[in-house]
Amino acid sequence: MDLQTLSFLTVGSTFALYIGIAFWARASTTGEFYTAGRGIHPVMNGMATAADWMSAASFISMAGLLAFKGYAGSVFLMGWTGGYVLLAMLLAPYLRKCGKYTVPEFIGERYASNTARFVAVLCLIVASITYVIGQMKGVGVAFSRFLEVPFEIGLFIGVGIVLIYAVLGGMKGITYTQIAQYCVLITAYTIPAIFISIQISGNPIPQIGLFSDITGTGTPLLEKLDQISNDLGLAAFTAQSDSMLNMVLYTLALMIGTAGLPHVLMRFFTVPKVSDARWSAGWTLVFIAILYTTAPAVGAMAYFNLIGTVQNVDAIGSSNGNLEYSERPKWFQNWEKTGLLRAAPPYPTGDTPAERAAREKVDSFLAANPQAKAVFEGEGAQRRLVFLDKNGDGRIQYYNDTNKAYLQTAASYGWNGNELVKVDRDIMVLANPEIAGLPNWVIALIAAGGLAAALSTAAGLLLAISSAVSHDLLKSMLMPNISERNELFAARLSMAGAVIVAAILGLNPPGFAAEVVALAFGLAGASLFPALLMGIFSKRINNHGAVSGMIAGLSATLLYIFAYKGMFFIKGTELIANHPENWIFGIAPEAFGAIGALINFSVAAAVSAMTAPPPQEIKDLVENIRIPQEH
Amino acid sequence: MATSNREHNAYWRANLKIVAVLLFIWAFVSYGLGIILRPYLSNIKFGGTDLGFWFAQQGSIYVFVILIFIYAAAMNRLDKHYGVDEIDKSG
Repeated sequence: MDLQTLSFLTVGSTFALYIGIAFWARASTTGEFYTAGRGIHPVMNGMATAADWMSAASFISMAGLLAFKGYAGSVFLMGWTGGYVLLAMLLAPYLRKCGKYTVPEFIGERYASNTARFVAVLCLIVASITYVIGQMKGVGVAFSRFLEVPFEIGLFIGVGIVLIYAVLGGMKGITYTQIAQYCVLITAYTIPAIFISIQISGNPIPQIGLFSDITGTGTPLLEKLDQISNDLGLAAFTAQSDSMLNMVLYTLALMIGTAGLPHVLMRFFTVPKVSDARWSAGWTLVFIAILYTTAPAVGAMAYFNLIGTVQNVDAIGSSNGNLEYSERPKWFQNWEKTGLLRAAPPYPTGDTPAERAAREKVDSFLAANPQAKAVFEGEGAQRRLVFLDKNGDGRIQYYNDTNKAYLQTAASYGWNGNELVKVDRDIMVLANPEIAGLPNWVIALIAAGGLAAALSTAAGLLLAISSAVSHDLLKSMLMPNISERNELFAARLSMAGAVIVAAILGLNPPGFAAEVVALAFGLAGASLFPALLMGIFSKRINNHGAVSGMIAGLSATLLYIFAYKGMFFIKGTELIANHPENWIFGIAPEAFGAIGALINFSVAAAVSAMTAPPPQEIKDLVENIRIPQEH
Repeated sequence: MATSNREHNAYWRANLKIVAVLLFIWAFVSYGLGIILRPYLSNIKFGGTDLGFWFAQQGSIYVFVILIFIYAAAMNRLDKHYGVDEIDKSG
């Protein structure tokens, strides 16, 4: 069976499964819609939370990030898992005890303030919407690449599926579909990893294979990767390339951001008891760890295979050590078509000044390189791709041509610049099965897995948004007398609205779509996490402290991110160029959430100390949520 | 079982102690072994690299999982000890 038919079958059957679950697990009360009636088994909730948490970015992009960043990528591994320790020990059991429906509701209750609740709703909506755009894009991309369905139609199909099961089932339907989606995505992720680990190290467990010798040689994989990187002028794979302070703060920012993300926290409202919330957090991390400990192996091994395709790693510098462009494998050509992998950029045909300048450059290059011109006019002419064969040897060189210390070595090899001009990180997972020559059904699985990851996270985020709108804004602030039936209807309506907004933003993704993840984590880490933590662990923090702390932490973080990335991410409005040399104490904008949280804590403590302590009933409330037993 | 305020305070202090110990280990394996102490451990070789790299990309995650389960078990025992555990609704 050919790949496309197989992909359609795999994706189609998983979608049929999700729809089936949606009809089976319909929600009939607001309790079921917001918290699945608090009847989810802790292990099942763990699985659903894992799927909720692991997004298209975890599934598709993380391994690539680890491949190209090596050791520096560890911040994502530790940050996105370590946050669950904070969540399990500092937040989840107490939020469950409080017995509310939403995260802003807890904040509003604890600080007896609608202002605090409103600020929390605002943080939640901005963080969730920015996050959901990425998922929608992931859905469209998975469809267009694997099923060869146009991006827009892919997006509509994905949105339609989410619409059905999220609107019908609310938290109940979403939970059961997420359990199914976890099974799909983890199978899709681990099977290719096991295959590739056996190929490279002979060990079927990728977590062990990563630290094993390459089959047939006595050299460990990681040592070999360090050596290849060194031979090609790239930073050594396992070397420390980032400042230590920045790594620590980056990890911390991701950890507190993870612990403060409302769509994850609200999943712990669904288990029956406080003790279940504790166990459930542990199970969540087990299910996440299966993917997260596999990812570094996938990254390193796929990277090793990719370099090995272009460069004979045992003959670096020899004249026939590089891949001939005309002999590049089929998968290389397939991914060239998507523009994610490029030795040959498309011939610039546009009429903008930038395109004209690029065309002039390519034309003069072709005039000076007869061999490249011959290739371009032969095969490349129909495809309008120009292999920029900078040294005219007909072969592809991949090395770091921005490393000045390496230039002389490169020149002695007769190399005249890096010729693999684009390798998108995402292809490390997506193209991995093809690079390793795995059977078609494994490739088809990747499509279903990527879609499961994107859809499960999108549904969780949409639920967080819709419950904030219907429960926190409508029921509590605007229409306190709304009946349960009408609130349920409003919840469904706002869910449908959120899905449509997400679809529109997914179709016209703002230019900053890739950068907003920093914003989502910054918001959650610098505003929501401290407010929740102080609400549980301090009886002295009052509403003035909490509100001013949240606003201070939030504004400081936003200012720092916008200063380097542009106001509201608009290019050209940066106050200072986003370059490590310009960062204050070398702290990346993405890592600033940790400082933002610190500001939040300090301001909240100072303002609370200067104002009256919270009334007795708030102290009783805090006392009550600290004790699991019901009174 | 009725519990006095003093017992609740003792329960809360014991809870904070458990969390403090576990969070110390949490920080030690990730920020410690994985990042800050890595240069000092670089002579401990492990699978083609050093121990710090393993902790940063594998070890800390395994420890995180174990920590949460230890926490859940310790807290459930603490709840019973102070008589503040939940009545099992399933009977």
